[in-house]
Amino acid sequence: MTEHHKDYLGDKFGMWLFLFTEILLFGGLFLLYSVYLHRYPAEFHQAGLELSRVFGTANTIVLITSSFTVAMAISALQQGRRVLCQGLLASTIVLAGVFMVNKYFEWSAKIGHGIYPGSPELVDGPGGTNIFFGLYYVMTGAHGLHVVIGAALLGFCMLRIGQGRVTADDFGLLENGGLYWHLVDLVWIFLFPLFYLIS
Amino acid sequence: MTHKHIMPFGLLAKIWLALLALTGVTVGVASVDLGYLNVLAAMAVASTKALLVVLFFMHLKYENRALGAFVILVFVILAIFIGFTFFDVAWRPEGGA
Repeated sequence: MTEHHKDYLGDKFGMWLFLFTEILLFGGLFLLYSVYLHRYPAEFHQAGLELSRVFGTANTIVLITSSFTVAMAISALQQGRRVLCQGLLASTIVLAGVFMVNKYFEWSAKIGHGIYPGSPELVDGPGGTNIFFGLYYVMTGAHGLHVVIGAALLGFCMLRIGQGRVTADDFGLLENGGLYWHLVDLVWIFLFPLFYLIS
Repeated sequence: MTHKHIMPFGLLAKIWLALLALTGVTVGVASVDLGYLNVLAAMAVASTKALLVVLFFMHLKYENRALGAFVILVFVILAIFIGFTFFDVAWRPEGGA
């Protein structure tokens, strides 16, 4: 077996550098949100009433729990408990699925009520409401895309662990996959109060 | 592997419970009308939750210090983005473009 050079710290730094670009990507959207909240406080307040607090809170609990299961999966792998690690990763992916199913019902209900980008109700309604829901679809949509990518990445980690290529002594891939997943959680931690609790 | 620092399950569980409790706090505070303070309270709780996730779940508390400094720098840059924009936006007259 040939010895492969592994730069553990470099890998992790690289992952964080990528996460910085993600933080600034969502940061730009949060900047837009805050400027328009400042301009249309009453309309944002009113529009926020349309979103279901129950769905939003449920999805918050789901994502926080999924971050917890990923963090535990990393500890389990480092302790050499491979089966436990795989189980925890599978739970995380199931929770990601639950999150997306909730999101599907939420978006469908909104679209069913005529609230979607470019819908007559929004275009002919107050400007602030139109902007609120525009930001809602762009930000929760971009976030949802990250949930799907993150779940796929964790699935890939599971595969590599199954193949014995990510192990108790070489766990960098899982750690970096976990970092991505936690970023998805971080973004939601801010999205949740701004959209669901603003009313 | 020289950087193996294993997060104990017990500590992770405590962080998870703290995050759930803070979610309860933010939902509770939102149902009381505090006017503009509602947004500030929500952001304060969200920032606390984010800090817990970054320090413990993302393991930053135990990483190389330079990495921690970079992460702080990114959030400072983000604060400058948003803060400096408001130097403009906050002082425009009503309805001004």
